Amino acid sequence: MAQHVAPPTATTPVLPAKLPIGAIVPWAVFFGILMLVLLYFVGAEQGATSVVSGEDVHEWVHDARHLLGFPCH
Amino acid sequence: MNSAIVRNLLVRGMLAGLGAGVLALVVAYVLGEPSVDKAIGFEEAHAPAHGHEVELVSRSLQSTAGLATGVLIYGVSFGGIAALAYCFALGRVGRFTPRATALLLSGCALLAVYVVPFLKYPANPPAVGDPDTIGKRTTLYFLMMVLSVLIAVAATILGKRLAPQLGTWYATVVAVAAFALVIGLAFAFLPAVNEVPSDFPATVLWRFRLSALAMQVTLWAGFGLLFGELAERLLDPKPAAAPTSAVTAPS
Repeated sequence: MAQHVAPPTATTPVLPAKLPIGAIVPWAVFFGILMLVLLYFVGAEQGATSVVSGEDVHEWVHDARHLLGFPCH
Repeated sequence: MNSAIVRNLLVRGMLAGLGAGVLALVVAYVLGEPSVDKAIGFEEAHAPAHGHEVELVSRSLQSTAGLATGVLIYGVSFGGIAALAYCFALGRVGRFTPRATALLLSGCALLAVYVVPFLKYPANPPAVGDPDTIGKRTTLYFLMMVLSVLIAVAATILGKRLAPQLGTWYATVVAVAAFALVIGLAFAFLPAVNEVPSDFPATVLWRFRLSALAMQVTLWAGFGLLFGELAERLLDPKPAAAPTSAVTAPS
């Protein structure tokens, strides 16, 4: 399939190769969980559930939690 | 080698998420905060008996440093998750360049992570929502978010499976229709939440929700463009250099 009539050096897009699943999974598992924990602290900590006692986390991210669409209180 | 690319894309995704978070923060501060303040004014005018016993964090900190902390962590986290999803999507969703894949992924993420859950359980300002139902509302919101993302992934896989028989166009139409149908069923069967006080000003609620949506559109559009640029430079560094030589050579 010819995408363009223009000179191939200038505009022919180079389509990316697939990254093997095995190379992605370790990063996805470790960093995926880490990111979800961070999101939990922004979105839900000291609201529905609480890991750290008190109200400090909730109060600190209060405005962000409302504006990001998480149920706050 | 491939693992290094994944790591590099992850770092670039988190950086792009941080940049997009800064843009979203500006929108949140300029458009969102006035509605938050009005809603808190309503809350205090209508529940003087409760009152806040001790103000742990002042309003001026909540609306600046607190807001920034939350929005930037949100940006970096979703940037990282989106970059990992991008590693899976790259070269698998269709014939797209790295930059186009990034923008497409961001658009889908905006829809699946935010817009679809928002349509069922929209963002609420302070003073809207019964504190006793926070557990139920949080569960429903996260459930809707997870469902929406899983159904979007399933629809994408369905589209890819159907593409050889139906062609890309009709396979995409069927996949999107299947997504809409299953999401419609979820909307119909999940319980509704409506806890807006009857005398809460409609304009404040509308402006608040609109600014919450504007934030997310800014975040994901910014992420798509920034991450697309960074990913393109990592995966396909030649075009950045080639056009200049191609332009300068004939002249």
